[in-house]
Amino acid sequence: MRALAPIFVVVAALAAVPLVVSSNVVLNFLVVALLIALAGQGWNILGGYGGQYSFGHAAFFGTGAYVTAVLQVRYGVNAWPAFAAGIAAGAALGALIGALTFRSGLRGSYFALVTLAFAEVLRIVASVAPITGAGVGTLVKLDLRVEAMQFQGRAIFYWVILALVAASLVIARLIERSRFGVWLVAVRENEDAARALGVDATQVKLAAMVISGAVTAAAGCFYVQYFLFIDAPIAYGAWISVEALLTPIIGGVGTVFGPLLGALVVKSLGEAAKLITGDAPGLDLIVYGVVLVLVIWIMPRGLIGGLAQARNRLRRRAPAAAPSAEAGHG
Amino acid sequence: MAKSLLVVERVTHRFGGLLAVNAASLAAPEGHITALIGPNGAGKTTLFSIISGFLMPREGSVLYADEDITGEPPHKLARRGIARTFQIVQPFAGLSVRDNILVGAHLHHRARHRALAIAEQVGYGVGLGDMLDRPADTLTIAGRKRLELARALATEPKLLLLDEVLAGLNPSEIRDIVPIIRNFCRRGITIMMIEHVMQAVMSLAELVFVLAEGRVIAEGRPAQVAANPAVVEAYLGHGAAAKLGGAHVR
Repeated sequence: MRALAPIFVVVAALAAVPLVVSSNVVLNFLVVALLIALAGQGWNILGGYGGQYSFGHAAFFGTGAYVTAVLQVRYGVNAWPAFAAGIAAGAALGALIGALTFRSGLRGSYFALVTLAFAEVLRIVASVAPITGAGVGTLVKLDLRVEAMQFQGRAIFYWVILALVAASLVIARLIERSRFGVWLVAVRENEDAARALGVDATQVKLAAMVISGAVTAAAGCFYVQYFLFIDAPIAYGAWISVEALLTPIIGGVGTVFGPLLGALVVKSLGEAAKLITGDAPGLDLIVYGVVLVLVIWIMPRGLIGGLAQARNRLRRRAPAAAPSAEAGHG
Repeated sequence: MAKSLLVVERVTHRFGGLLAVNAASLAAPEGHITALIGPNGAGKTTLFSIISGFLMPREGSVLYADEDITGEPPHKLARRGIARTFQIVQPFAGLSVRDNILVGAHLHHRARHRALAIAEQVGYGVGLGDMLDRPADTLTIAGRKRLELARALATEPKLLLLDEVLAGLNPSEIRDIVPIIRNFCRRGITIMMIEHVMQAVMSLAELVFVLAEGRVIAEGRPAQVAANPAVVEAYLGHGAAAKLGGAHVR
């Protein structure tokens, strides 16, 4: 339980925000940031802990979104089970892509390229297939009832996405503390050494991808309930693949809070860049890009990794002055 | 000698046109230390990779506890009780020493507290006790070799394959590690070691196999093998045994 205490504190603090702030602009900003944090946490479980860098997490986001939308619109399924089905579809897609890539031994940039290809294929299919609404997209009917998973106020939506983010934080924390998590990190650090120690690397990566797919798909499901619209460029576009990997990388890969911190920082930067550059089109993206390059340059392990490193350096400075402990053994 | 825990039967492996291991047969008696020696490029590490499941041999078979394990993947072999270390140390560089050992300890123990306790105990056993919280990449070579040993040991193996754990260490470091290896053996772990440090082979091994150009050219007790002219020639070149005057040949 003590391991979950920091999560409880952070989530409680965030949950109090709508009680203080009533501005819809601010709440909308936070909802989107949390949505990105959720998608990023999905990426982080596979990429951060497992070291498998996916460039195509849009595949999961979009699948979650489409399943949620299409089940409601075309099959009259209630929003809540549709939402759950969207998450399950993300997990299933994770199993499928994982089985195809990991069993054929794809690693590193090859894995990244194949995931990108999957997302692109899905985008093209979704933009022509009748069931997704093809180029027009799918519109979910406005029905502001809890039964339809649509809420009157932004604040409720905010608390819903916050609950999902909280669940993703707990999942990441539990993975960290479990044997599965230890093995997953071992695979990231050195796959051959891990295998020699009894780790079934393929199985571990596959399981990580299933969880990862489910978590990122949940972000897509929420997107549909919040915006009530989905089309191929949103669902399977490169934007969400980039956001999903950028937020943990900026915040701190392979850390519980990395994606959340990264999402808040990155989204704030984006807004700040827009304010500073005014209406000049694209200029905010340049500012945004420059800042990202700087962060990765200065702190390759992200904000949390950078802070931890600085703290370790301070801590190590003290004993380093004394004769090295290792000399006794060397 | 005791019955063999590991038996390698006429194993052959090629890398393209290179015949790395050529019909090599050997055996590791249970509860003893067996050494595999031979000049550079003899195929020792290739043979180890085959035994530990990282390579599939073209021909021949590997038997462990009377079962055919040829071509079984490394993680399954680890579960059966075969652990290996790597000649080029492969620490999980971003993790602490404790977390490195923890990976191995988790093999037979799911519960975190149990695995952590074992990791700590094993860490102390190989002399890394006061370095458990240090990042693995801050260890010296001697420390990393100890870490390789600790991780393998944490999987609670019955057969331990050591690929040049003493290479790159200075004499005093070797003196420190040799008793640790002997201690593993006392605890009932069967050991097969590739080693170039002959002084260690002589003091540790009860049985030695000599591999040259992929073939087993000699086997026997360390002293017998060292005196074998074929072995001397494999190391020093054709005719070397004769030039040495036969003084060492019994």
